[in-house]
Amino acid sequence: MSRRKRNDKRSLSDELKWWDTFPWWGIAIVAILSWMGYQIVTKDSYDLAWDRVIPGISITITATLQAFAIALALGLLAGMGQLSKNVIFRNLARTYVEFIRGIPILPLIFTVALVLLPQLQNALGFKLSFQMRATVTLAFIYGAYMAEIFRGGIQSIAIGQVEAGRSLGLSRRQTMNSIVLPQAMRAIIPPLGNDFIAILKDTSLLSVLGVLEITQRARQFSASTFKFREGYFVLAFIYLILTLGLSLLLGVLERRMTRDDRGVRSNRGID
Amino acid sequence: MISIKNLSKTFNKNIHAVKDVDLEIAEGEVVVIVGPSGSGKSTVLRCINRLEIPTKGSISIDGVELTDPECDIDTIRAEVGMVFQQFNLFPHLTVKENICLAQRKVRKRSKSESNEMTMKQLLRVGIPDKADSYPRQLSGGQQQRVAIARSLAMEPKIMLFDEPTSALDPEMVKEVLDVMLELASEGMTMAVVTHEMGFAKAAGDRLVFMDEGMVVEIGPPGQVFENPAEQRTRDFFDKILY
Repeated sequence: MSRRKRNDKRSLSDELKWWDTFPWWGIAIVAILSWMGYQIVTKDSYDLAWDRVIPGISITITATLQAFAIALALGLLAGMGQLSKNVIFRNLARTYVEFIRGIPILPLIFTVALVLLPQLQNALGFKLSFQMRATVTLAFIYGAYMAEIFRGGIQSIAIGQVEAGRSLGLSRRQTMNSIVLPQAMRAIIPPLGNDFIAILKDTSLLSVLGVLEITQRARQFSASTFKFREGYFVLAFIYLILTLGLSLLLGVLERRMTRDDRGVRSNRGID
Repeated sequence: MISIKNLSKTFNKNIHAVKDVDLEIAEGEVVVIVGPSGSGKSTVLRCINRLEIPTKGSISIDGVELTDPECDIDTIRAEVGMVFQQFNLFPHLTVKENICLAQRKVRKRSKSESNEMTMKQLLRVGIPDKADSYPRQLSGGQQQRVAIARSLAMEPKIMLFDEPTSALDPEMVKEVLDVMLELASEGMTMAVVTHEMGFAKAAGDRLVFMDEGMVVEIGPPGQVFENPAEQRTRDFFDKILY
């Protein structure tokens, strides 16, 4: 009986109160970041760690941007390749994607950077700097992930769109460029943004190759001073600032892309 | 103008959608194809601009053989307008951009030429004020009229309609049929797959009744409706006409 009584007091309503929708998590994140920043600014041992780690940020950012750009090109090529009419292209692209997706990133980094790329260098007679080799390795891996994003985005466009284009006399290429790709971009951009952040985080794996990005610097600092807490605390702080900043930026871009004025509904909420 | 001989289309090696269809469509003629669903009428239509590749037989348009692997299909398609059941407007482009796209890329018209043609066709289908709207801002009937205008802007020699009113709300069927009736009266060569028997009677020069992938009967619409020669045709019309 008491149970029914309590239910009677509640009103049945689907209206949301402000505290239901307020971004409390944002407050929590800002609070945590402020606290971390405060530690770093006020405590000398953290300050020391900061000074040792932060010079690596240019390598982290450069490697991220370069790897993303190369992966984008590889991904578009392999994604389109998988949809190609040409049986050789299609199977080459599929082999690449399945090979990469079947192996965890860390062993892949060793394999590609220390075995595959050096052999390719010898065979084709070019020379990459060590850091570039590490970057290309990351791009090679993410290219396969992006290929699946491009393929999925293109395949999400209804066949009727292609038929309408072709029946107006547009060629395969014209139909792809003017009709399919512009629509597919809507489905492609959000996951590409996720991969951009994922690449940023995975540049940390390049530390196993000895690239002097922030993770490697934090490891060196911690190992040589035994200040593990300070070293990794600062490292986590830097990554958080970078990734949270980026996802804010990407959120704005995404909202602009999926805004309701270009004829396609945004995917927010029920409509 | 269009000559279809022994056309067969098989899907997945064992589904016979179309079997040995022969059909001639003369210039200026309006041919209406009717029949139960799955009878192969849409497949025949889609073979005419090679959206489906015939398994057997031949199709020629103005003497050009479509089943010849050497033929330039894009050039032929530019001469053959197609209107789909689901409209298939490009949702990321405005109405005007929808209609201009192929004019610019295929017909190589200048911006002002294609704009002029676009407005002319929009006026013809009765919605010149929607030029800057996006497709989703239009009603189904308006969208289908834009799709018709998009095809007409290419100045095709023949128009194919694949159940153009089947996806429309009932109150919008007439505005689309009116446009098609006017087109027929202007002498456009048309092949129309439809369930609108009123349209077939009013505009059709010949009615083709198909069942199970085969042409059962061809004749003037009035005759086929009222006095069909075949029992299967009679059964079909008994079910749908009241």
